[in-house]
Order: sequence, then structure tokens, then C-alpha cells
Amino acid sequence: MRLTDDETRMRDGVEGDAVAAAMDLLIRYGDALGAERLVDTRNVAGTMTQPSPAKAKLFEEGGWARAYAVINLDCDREIEVPRMKVPTCQLQHGFADDANGLTLYPESSIRLQDDAESFFSERGVNILATCTPYQVGNLPVRGEHCAWMESSAVVYCNSVLGARTNCEGAASTGAAALTGKIPLWGNHLAENRHATHLIRADVDVDSFQEWGMFGYFVGEQVLEACPAVTGLLAQPDLADLKHFGAATATSGGVELFHMPGVTPEAPTVEAAFGTRRVPEPVVYGRREREAVYEALNGQGSSRDVDFVLLGCPHASLDQVAELAARLEGRRLSSSTELWVMMPRALASMALRNGYTRTITAAGGRVLTDSCPAMSKAAPPGTRVFATDSAKQAHYLPAILGIEAWFGTLAECVDAAVTGRWSGGLA
Amino acid sequence: MIELRGRGIVPGVAEAPALVTHEPISGFGGIDVATGTIIEPRHELFGVCFTGRVLVFPGAKGSSGWSGFFQSTRLMGTAPAAMVFDVLTTKAVLGAIVTRVPTVVQAVPSALDVVRTGDVVRVDGTSGLIQVRCDDARTLRSSGDDDGSFTQWKTSSDRR
Repeated sequence: MRLTDDETRMRDGVEGDAVAAAMDLLIRYGDALGAERLVDTRNVAGTMTQPSPAKAKLFEEGGWARAYAVINLDCDREIEVPRMKVPTCQLQHGFADDANGLTLYPESSIRLQDDAESFFSERGVNILATCTPYQVGNLPVRGEHCAWMESSAVVYCNSVLGARTNCEGAASTGAAALTGKIPLWGNHLAENRHATHLIRADVDVDSFQEWGMFGYFVGEQVLEACPAVTGLLAQPDLADLKHFGAATATSGGVELFHMPGVTPEAPTVEAAFGTRRVPEPVVYGRREREAVYEALNGQGSSRDVDFVLLGCPHASLDQVAELAARLEGRRLSSSTELWVMMPRALASMALRNGYTRTITAAGGRVLTDSCPAMSKAAPPGTRVFATDSAKQAHYLPAILGIEAWFGTLAECVDAAVTGRWSGGLA
Repeated sequence: MIELRGRGIVPGVAEAPALVTHEPISGFGGIDVATGTIIEPRHELFGVCFTGRVLVFPGAKGSSGWSGFFQSTRLMGTAPAAMVFDVLTTKAVLGAIVTRVPTVVQAVPSALDVVRTGDVVRVDGTSGLIQVRCDDARTLRSSGDDDGSFTQWKTSSDRR
């Protein structure tokens, strides 16, 4: 890989040990990818504060500097962690104080994370603590080179915003934050951003649930490739696009999609494909839609729902407003818990607007910073959960060993109120 | 013995029995780092442990947590001995680097077409050479089954 003079200086330690280790990792990584050079970035979204057993052990051995060195720089040397060189935010992490006592989540993890937040915010990391940094102020502009992790954020960043990022990890984002560099490879290059597959919806995709199912289908069809989607698509809103992208990145590994007429790099179907010929479409019809629904609902047998989970990816203010409206004057079943996950910055607005009061009056919880998949925590004794998120319906049975129901917000609220799942495909 | 040539992306040499899957692997939600086991219910290797084995797979899928989860297997002592995969993505490449096990990518012919679970495989992540130890009968059968491009790479003596 060709290095510029400033990159060579960083590698050689002119800016200190941590920066040298960061550059060493980026060179190993870039060479392994086959990248020709690095590119400048000033937008990094990574994870440093999330507690894990491995991190707790490293923290015991040598504090946060040791944990950062090993996990975020792949470096065994003892280093000091300087201030991040470019704007960097923390994605979603573990639960914080607002979850204290509500879950089986260990108090020690909450304390550990508090400590990490102090350490890293003193070094310039913005603790956004959400999988949706674009909902709370980190909104990259079209064409901007980013170094983001979190698959649902990556696909939103590339597709909806037209910024450019690969699906980075803890180590590459850790190194990017200290250097302002990331390998120029993959999605950073215009020629790699054209669509490879065309998927046409012949059934109406016109609600949050339909966007999630369609995304789950698209991801399974294209795996790591780049789909353009057309057909009977209603005008999506932020929540629909967030859900659709997260689903494509769950059943497949989609990092970039095009929606002609909606997303910025695809004014037309032809434009989405660039120099490629537009292929014959793969059709998403009634049968395919039913198969997706069955796959997402094939992980449940008992209809007694203990737990309802909303807000994956983290809920928008509008989604929480809708939840509050549906819960107004109702009361959760004594055997069911309901959590809605959202960014803490938006939770302050939900509180201000009275949505939180309505939700808690009904017996639900507004929680921030994390989710059951990230923190491996659900209410004690949960055996069966219901969600409106295709992503959580996919992951939680594996992560927590529980049964899943996938449906609409209305069906999830009904399950929370009655303790029974009565959803079905309309 | 069959030899495959790929690109070494993490240096070092390891030799161990292979664990082969034709399905991509998810890190986050796909493996348990404490036991080095595949935990995705619908995966063909559900419940199988990869610790100390040469993991041969098409590539990574799912969350960007991939690299961190495989890195954790190194920290927890449950990592594979080596990795061999075909589809180059940032997730799998970074994951291999931070797992720090010898890794070869994009071998010709694909390791997925040649290696079977249980074969003893030597992975040289420095030179990119993969050696599959198997009996002569297997070598002959393989050469009969495949086209010329495979035969060219079939054994060390055939390799130019």
C-alpha cells in the first residue's frame, strides 16, 4: 500500500505509540484487503465502551488504555491513549443506569461502562450510545468518507445518505479515530457502488412491517451484493428505511442498496446500475412474502408472550409517539414486559413530550443506549418474545435462546396488553 | 497431498484438522466466543466447535461485530487454528487479522471444493500455500472429477 508522508510519519511513531500502532493495524488491514492507499476520514463511529468479559479482563490488567490497545488497535504494547484525532462517536453499548434493577444485566457492567464513558469522552469520543447515530446528530453528507461499524448504520450511511463507508470493526474504527485514515477500498470507490441485482416487489410494500419483510427477502437474495429495489414501494420514511436496511444486513450482508427515485445515487434504475446492464428482476411476490413471514415466525410455538421488544434499530421520536398513542389508557398484562429502545438524546424529547409518561403508565419501559441483543439481557424468565423488528426476530433466538414472534406494532402492543400473540399475516 | 495457492493475509503457519462449511458464518449472534461454537440455529454447523481447527468457509455475514467476536475467541483461547475463505470483505479480513491466526484467501481451486471436514490441512499465511493431506486414492478421484484448471494445481509434483 502506498503511504503519504504524514502516514509514514505516523507509522514511525512521530505522533506517539498509540498512533503508530493504529497506523500499523491500518497498513496490515489495507494490505490484506488489497487496497492501494488510505483515504482521509473525519467521521468515525465505533465501539469502545461496550462491556464484555474480554474487555473486563483487559481492564483489570491495565485499565482502559490496555483494553483500547488490544481491542481497538490489535496491539499488545503498553500505550497511552491520546485524544481522538477526528470526530468519533460511540455506537450503542451496554445498558446504563436507567436499566438498573430492571433486568438480569449485572450492576458491575453498568459501573464498568460508566467508567469507560468518562475515560473515552475525555479523549474526545462523543457518547451517542446508539446504533442510529444519524438520528442524533452524526449525519454525514453525500460522498463523505466515513469509518463506521454497526451493520444497520453502515447500510443507512451508504444507501440513504450517500456517504461512503465499509462495514468496519472495533479495531479499524479504533485506528481510524487516532489517525483520520481508513483503507480506500470497497464502498469508498465509486465504481464499486453500482447495483448488481434488481429486485422487484409485486406486492405492496407500504408499512413498517412490510419494509422489514421485503428487506429480509432482499438480503437473502443478494447476500453481500448491492441490490436495486423497485416495484410497489410506497414512499418510505426514516423508520422504514432504517428497518429495511437493517433487515437486508441481517439475512444477508448488504452494505449498500439503491431505491430509484428515493436514494441519492439512484435517480433512475439505469443510474443505479451505472455502466452495468440492468438485469432481469428477481420478483418478490405473494409467495415470497409469505415465506419470509414464515421464516421470521418459525421460531415460536408458545403464544404466551412474556416480553415485547420495540426499537430495533433504535426507535425514532415518531415511532415512540405512535407507541404512546397505542398504549394510551391501556395496561400491560401482569405477565408481560414491554421495552422500547431509543437513543438517550431522543429519550429526553420523548420525556418532554409526555410519551414516556404514557408508556410507563401502561407498564412499559423506555430504555436507552443498548438492546437485548447487544447486552444479552431480557426480563428474567423470558421464554417468548414479540417484536416489530425483523433483525431482532432473527438474532434473539440464537443469542438468548428464546422463541420469537414478528409482527406489526399494533400486534406487539396487543400481545403486551393481553400476554398472548394473536398476530398473523394480513 | 493436494496443494492450493491463495493469498496469505495473516502470516504464520498452522496445521490442524479442517472444519468445512459451505455457508457463510455470522460473528455476532453466530458464534459463542466462550466455547468456540457455532450457535446460529439454522446453520449447518450449529453446535459444532471450531477451536483449534482450520476453519474453511465462504466468508462472513451479518453484523460488523464479526471481527470483535473472532478477536474474542483469541482472547478466550477458543480461536480456530487457521482460516481459509474466499469472499473478501472488511468483516472477514479484519476478523482474521485480529484473531491473529494464519489466513489464506481466494485459493485456487477453492478450498471449499477440495477440503473436507477432518482432512489435516497445513495453512501457510506467509506464502499463501495450503496443503491438504489425504491419501492417493482421493487425489486421483479428485483429478478425475475436475477440469484442467484443477489438475494443474492438484499435487505438488504437478505444479509448475
